[in-house]
Amino acid sequence: MKKNTFALFSAFILGASAVLGGCGKSSDGQSQNGAGEVYVYNWGEYIDEEVISMFEEETGIKVIYDMFETNEDMYPVIEAGGRTYDVVCPSDYMIQKMAENNMLAEINFENVPNVSQIDPEYMERSKSFDPENKYSVPYCWGTVGILYNTSMVAPEDVPTRWSDLWKEKFSGEILMQDSVRDAFMVALKSLGYSMNSENEAELQEARDLLIQQKPLVQAYVIDQVRDKMIGGEAALGVIYSGEMLYIQEEVKAQNLDYDLEYVIPEEGTNVWIDSWVIPANAKNKENAEAWINFLCRPEIAKMNFEYITYPTPNKGAFDLLDEDLKNNKALFPDIDSLDNCEVFQYLGDEADSIYNNLWKEVKSK
Amino acid sequence: MSKKLLSGPYLVWMAGFTVIPLILILYYGLTDKNGVFTLANIISIATAEHSKALWLSLGLSFVSTLVCLMLAYPLAMILRKRNIGKGSFVVFIFILPMWMNFLLRTLAWQTLLERNGVINGLLSALHLPPQSLINTPGAIVLGMVYNFLPFMVLPIYNVLCKIDDNTINAAKDLGANFWQTLFLIWFPLSVPGIISGITMVFVPALTTFVISNLLGGSKVLLIGNVIEQEFTKGSNWHLGAGLSLVLMVFILASMALIAKYDKNGEGTAF
Repeated sequence: MKKNTFALFSAFILGASAVLGGCGKSSDGQSQNGAGEVYVYNWGEYIDEEVISMFEEETGIKVIYDMFETNEDMYPVIEAGGRTYDVVCPSDYMIQKMAENNMLAEINFENVPNVSQIDPEYMERSKSFDPENKYSVPYCWGTVGILYNTSMVAPEDVPTRWSDLWKEKFSGEILMQDSVRDAFMVALKSLGYSMNSENEAELQEARDLLIQQKPLVQAYVIDQVRDKMIGGEAALGVIYSGEMLYIQEEVKAQNLDYDLEYVIPEEGTNVWIDSWVIPANAKNKENAEAWINFLCRPEIAKMNFEYITYPTPNKGAFDLLDEDLKNNKALFPDIDSLDNCEVFQYLGDEADSIYNNLWKEVKSK
Repeated sequence: MSKKLLSGPYLVWMAGFTVIPLILILYYGLTDKNGVFTLANIISIATAEHSKALWLSLGLSFVSTLVCLMLAYPLAMILRKRNIGKGSFVVFIFILPMWMNFLLRTLAWQTLLERNGVINGLLSALHLPPQSLINTPGAIVLGMVYNFLPFMVLPIYNVLCKIDDNTINAAKDLGANFWQTLFLIWFPLSVPGIISGITMVFVPALTTFVISNLLGGSKVLLIGNVIEQEFTKGSNWHLGAGLSLVLMVFILASMALIAKYDKNGEGTAF
């Protein structure tokens, strides 16, 4: 169904650019045919730029680097194919969606020997969205948990479970994630259901729980959780673990009289993985594999970790880190604390619209 | 011939960026995912969530338009009394913030209204109890008024400047007091400016989703938020387009108002 949509849209774009002279188009086409290039499509601020020039210097392959902001922004670009990319870094559920729609090429792992540096644990977890480990190589990973302010939460109230976010005493002190799947993950997990549930009764129960929580919530935010928590605006916030290193450094730098601690709730949480994949229409597949191989090299992965500060699945890079960082439980939690955790799966358009409608009901209450 | 050529770029512009997008919105709004004609996207405005969001949007935009009008009219009158140089300097001061990014200005209000923000900092310095200002409908109205006030001031100011001083003096000579002059002379003569100011505030306020996200903590769902989410997160372009068509009714109504009262295009903003 979406083919239709984007065919029409791209027809419009093409029509417009033809009218406007179409000169951008032809130069674009030429450069894409040349050898010795790799078109990379990655999240914003998701690589140490030094790494790009190191790669170019070492391999002689020219990197054309573009960025996207969300998985949902990236998908139509790859699907429309107006500009082809050789290597892309989407998240778990989106990789599954792309694979299901035949948009991914199998990686030739003979060209990616450094994949052995990736901790097998993460290859194993990747199987929930890439069952045979043939399309993706993990790049960053993390968890979602509760961040709390030590001066605003009494020691006996320290959250350990998602259901603590429903306590009356935290009224007006809670920051929730303003995204459907993340919000429902919190509710579904606290009810003991799978966060990939497609059972309507379970989802409705989760919706009712979220509606019940709404009066206690100070705001639904995404990236602002970090700054609001550092600013002492709220006592508790649902947050991605990738932000933790920044938060800890900022608390130290600002000399705050409180601390911010991160908890992975007992009911289990979302373990997310962003991995490199090669789109089916890639024109420089071998260069893409060289790119992935380069990024899997421990020293390079360490450089990227230091820049991005999101946990790396690269065992070699982890071993190169300082003891302090290795023992940072917010960044690198014990594997056994992740027992109840799941990876988001793509549930299909129909389930997506059920989630969206239920979320709308929560928001409009 | 050459004159026709000169209009070419504008025709392309209008076709490419007005007509074709409008047709696309119509197409999406009136079809379902399989491309079959349907009115379901438009009728869905009647569902509890959508109609609540629409009424809330209408209410908040109405309040902020009213506040803008009450603030802008006296200001425009004051500005008119200044001589040209001083008046346009004050107008310049009013436009100045518009040179800064709209998002930044709204984010700045966040810092002002936050619990540990500037306003509560001042209150606690004066030993007054802190107020919860942010994430309320009031904060959204404030954001709308702040962002859209210049669009109300400028058309009214422009139309007031065109009123001949002699008309006012004649009214005074004939014994009209201040209120009579205001209601019988000023208001009727400035209707085009008022109407165009009202539309220029009401329409963007009705469709905004950024202000309600940033100052409402995403707890207040406006119709603009619904449409934005259908296009981005929900990726149901058909429903989003259908709801946009419903909003377009309000926009067309306000354009009809302009056409009725502002026949000579006097109430223009710039």
